[in-house]
Amino acid sequence: MGKLFAVLVAVITVLSAGIFIARVWWLPPDISLLGVGIDHQLMETMVASGVLFVVSQLVLAAFAWRYGDRGDGRAIKTFPGGATPMVVFATVLVSVEILVLSFVGTKVWGGIFLSPPNPDALHIDVQAEQFAYYFRYPGPDGKLGTIHPELIDDGNSNFFGLDPANDSTARDDIVSASLVIPVNQPILLTMHSKDVGHAFYVPDLRIQQDFVPGLVIPLQFTATQVAKKEIVCTQLCGLGHYNMRGYLEVKTKDEYQQWMADQVAQQ
Amino acid sequence: MSESPAPSLTHVPPQGFWRKHVFSLDHKVIGKQYLVLALVAVVTGMVLSWLMRFHLAYPAASVPGLGAIAPNAAPGGRISPELYLSLMTMHGTIMVFFVLTTAPFAGFGNYVLPIQVGAEDMAFPRFNMMSFWVTFVAFLVLIAAFFVEGGAPLSGWTAYAPLSAVGKDAGPGQGAGQTLWALSIAIFCVGQLLGSLNFIATTLDMRTKGMTLMRMPFSTWAWFITSIIGLIAFSVLLPACILLILDRVAGTSFFIPAGLVISDRMQPHSGGSPLLWQHLFWFFGHPEVYIAILPGFGIVSHILPAFARKPLLGPKVVIGCMAAIGFLSYTVWGHHMFLSGMNPLSATLFSVPTLIITIPATIVTLLWIGTIYGARLRFTTSALFCLGFVSVFVSGGISGFFLAQPSIDTYLHGTYFVVGHFHFVMGVASMFGIFAGVYFWFPKMYGRMMNETLGKIHFTLTLIGVYCIFMPMHYLGLAGNVRRYSEFTDDYMKGALPLHRFITMAALFTGAVQLLFLVNLVWSRLRGAKAPDNPWEATSLEWSISSPPPFDNFGGPPPVVHHGPNEYGMAGPTGDYVMQVAPPSAAGGA
Amino acid sequence: MRTKVLSSLALGILVVAATGALVTPPAGSITGTVTYTGTPPKMKPIDMAKEPTCASQHATPVMTENVVTGPGNTLQYVVVYISAGDQPGPAPAAVVRYEQKGCEYVPHIAVMQAGQPLEIYNDDQTAHNIHPLSKLNPEWNKSQPPATPPIKATYDKPEFIPVKCNIHPWMHGYFVVLGSANYALTGNDGTFSLKGLPPGKYTVTAWQEKFGSQSQEVTVTGTGATKLDFVFKALPY
Repeated sequence: MGKLFAVLVAVITVLSAGIFIARVWWLPPDISLLGVGIDHQLMETMVASGVLFVVSQLVLAAFAWRYGDRGDGRAIKTFPGGATPMVVFATVLVSVEILVLSFVGTKVWGGIFLSPPNPDALHIDVQAEQFAYYFRYPGPDGKLGTIHPELIDDGNSNFFGLDPANDSTARDDIVSASLVIPVNQPILLTMHSKDVGHAFYVPDLRIQQDFVPGLVIPLQFTATQVAKKEIVCTQLCGLGHYNMRGYLEVKTKDEYQQWMADQVAQQ
Repeated sequence: MSESPAPSLTHVPPQGFWRKHVFSLDHKVIGKQYLVLALVAVVTGMVLSWLMRFHLAYPAASVPGLGAIAPNAAPGGRISPELYLSLMTMHGTIMVFFVLTTAPFAGFGNYVLPIQVGAEDMAFPRFNMMSFWVTFVAFLVLIAAFFVEGGAPLSGWTAYAPLSAVGKDAGPGQGAGQTLWALSIAIFCVGQLLGSLNFIATTLDMRTKGMTLMRMPFSTWAWFITSIIGLIAFSVLLPACILLILDRVAGTSFFIPAGLVISDRMQPHSGGSPLLWQHLFWFFGHPEVYIAILPGFGIVSHILPAFARKPLLGPKVVIGCMAAIGFLSYTVWGHHMFLSGMNPLSATLFSVPTLIITIPATIVTLLWIGTIYGARLRFTTSALFCLGFVSVFVSGGISGFFLAQPSIDTYLHGTYFVVGHFHFVMGVASMFGIFAGVYFWFPKMYGRMMNETLGKIHFTLTLIGVYCIFMPMHYLGLAGNVRRYSEFTDDYMKGALPLHRFITMAALFTGAVQLLFLVNLVWSRLRGAKAPDNPWEATSLEWSISSPPPFDNFGGPPPVVHHGPNEYGMAGPTGDYVMQVAPPSAAGGA
Repeated sequence: MRTKVLSSLALGILVVAATGALVTPPAGSITGTVTYTGTPPKMKPIDMAKEPTCASQHATPVMTENVVTGPGNTLQYVVVYISAGDQPGPAPAAVVRYEQKGCEYVPHIAVMQAGQPLEIYNDDQTAHNIHPLSKLNPEWNKSQPPATPPIKATYDKPEFIPVKCNIHPWMHGYFVVLGSANYALTGNDGTFSLKGLPPGKYTVTAWQEKFGSQSQEVTVTGTGATKLDFVFKALPY
């Protein structure tokens, strides 16, 4: 039975690790400027953990195989050095890992979430609601109109609760269900929620951020490739959570200008 | 606080069915009642998860009979999005509270701890009885949520505000169902607080002569540390649930800011903070997962030496590490909130202790592996579950290492990687600890041996099954597959459907395998071989009394302890071990 | 002799009464057109990007429907009904059909009499969650996965009930539940016709979801058509 256990654990370990190494299911290609830092951090962790995973499972299996009671009355053996090597090994190994990963990881994290707003960033206002995203561009006047929640009228496409009758800055705001952006352009999203908690997640951009009702949260990123990718919600927001998505469309600068001109013309 | 002799409680054996089996003050009966409650809960929780997995694999399919039971929630038998989320919420709530907190801690702890410290009963038997019945009522209140208008809540076991706080405008399940959920959890907290008080008082004040703190078995240490964690954690969850109920029914706004428009209606609240709920919940929630796993640590540390026939390596270190984990568990809660909108600087502050907690966990795991080095392992079912515990805890612990880093969490948060991680550590490791405990203590509790053949088949198939269910979830997470979705309609997630079908098959298979365990329980209870006092040749006090134990545990005068619990692999009066009650002249000592 | 006279008289009275019962009373009608003055708001295209199975059903984007105009400044989707002066009978048994098709509600406005059966169909490949926001009638919302049976509902109290989909925020419609059996929904030409009205004084109300209600009193005489027009003041926002 001990040998069966050992074989099972060994097979499971080799299979599991093998599937990771073979990247049968893996991250989509990164299309963001800062995503490379996250991918690097992930690989470092994967290698370190992978080695620890394989070694500890195989040692467990080996010991289970070897140290069954064969009824031969042989004496038990204590691990050489007793508990001390374990304590030292665990403390040193894990501490070194922690130090390295924290140091590098904090730089990656800070680069994404603690950087001051880029003055060249294209500012897009994002509203999350049950169960869609709406993106608002300032329009030709360069200003975003004020939001009046009491005026929100989804059936009339007034998702943001704008007051074009009385607020001239709101009249030219462009509202889109897709996040259309130019490539290689820093983007600043200001995120707010109309109703409950939501989140903005684009795996290809390696970026994720919750929407918190009552807060306006900034998020910065730059897309480095022309692409059309999905934005999905990762914060449980109600029954339609599974259906809450938008599309990120990264266009060339010319295509983006054309799209923007079309939107303005439709106003 | 010292090793005072157990005070003689005026314990008269109860008469009559109700006093003996229902409203009993005896910790052994109460422990079994908790275990039976946990068994009912785990079967319920498992059935809910089958429905969930079935829907994920075949979203368009109808579940036969479901359309008749729940015509609104499952029109035509097809699970609606809100029913899926309700199943998920109740699955998580039932499993975390009524299985993983109840069985290893309240269940086994109640039964075994007083005996292991040499006491006749818990310090406060009436509190103890109350704590069980309060927990039972909490379970009934929770189940009632399925039957009220709108059904069970769908905000997850985490019940984030404002979705959970605004009331029925937020959608189906968010009416009376959510209020009942919060009420149930609040009642559960009361039960647990009573239980924790009992465990702490018993451990500190009711140890028999010679039972110093350092001679307590590792399982008792684990229950003791867990009860301290629980006292603090549940003390925070209880008021949090009350505040949530107030927001829902009394018009307060602890968790709801102004200006929210839900179902085309402006919500009449202002001034609250959704993040406040998250902080309160996770301040409880993170220690809660250690409450779920630490008894397993103790149980494995207790059982493994008995079947290895050698002492646990580094006993004081193991105790110290369990205490360290308990302490550190209070410093890490923000790692559930890296992307929540709290100050990103806090993420770094929470990440460091989260990574540091890996150190004691790694040490303990290595000490278990070091314990079986040079051992003479007896591969009973209980021993196998202990070894399996080590394997799955390694798997689950390592995936936690990824999530502990905010930069990686940016990608993996909210994906199946998280689901795989917590199911490995809670759904599998903790469950393996419970199984190890059942197979180990069943002979003591019922005076009959369990069937070892059935047990070994149960273990083997379950080990394969759980890896087939939860390891693939890590792959899904790496591919960006989002969690808590009732269906995968997104372009990039559709490709994951074959793997989801595989997981569903594995889940249904593993669930079916648990029938072997249930059959074993019933059959052994009725027809198992009679169990001797000490079938495992173990050292601790519960093995020095009859199986099952007499009413007052030790049949008269309290035992006197001369040895620690770790004296295996040395010549003793009864074999290659020295029991804790063996005379001082026996080999070992201290 | 006297008996003969009396029985002839009785027979005569009977014949007259019977004839009177068989003859239908004269019924007139009220017809007219609903138009607007001023500038109505522009309808906006609906972006269904988040639901590709619906977006692909529309070659050009669907427009919002809360102010739909026709040639000659006419208004569509105006509910014109008798609000006073008629005797409503029991609700008809004919089922009112409401469809979710291409992620739109078809028809945009469903008019029914209180107590009339309503059936809601999901013709799409995606689930919908229909949520009629009633205040006087009991409020409910139900998910309707694709290929599931229609949802059956009845409303017993007259009310103008906005309807929304909890999953697709742009979907918007109305259930107009009336006490009266005499109602019409204007088409693109803005015309309406209320038939089968016995002579008498009636109050006719026209309701447009953005511009509100207007009422006028009118007397119907004989069997002809009485002309009645409504004009709404439109504002661009």
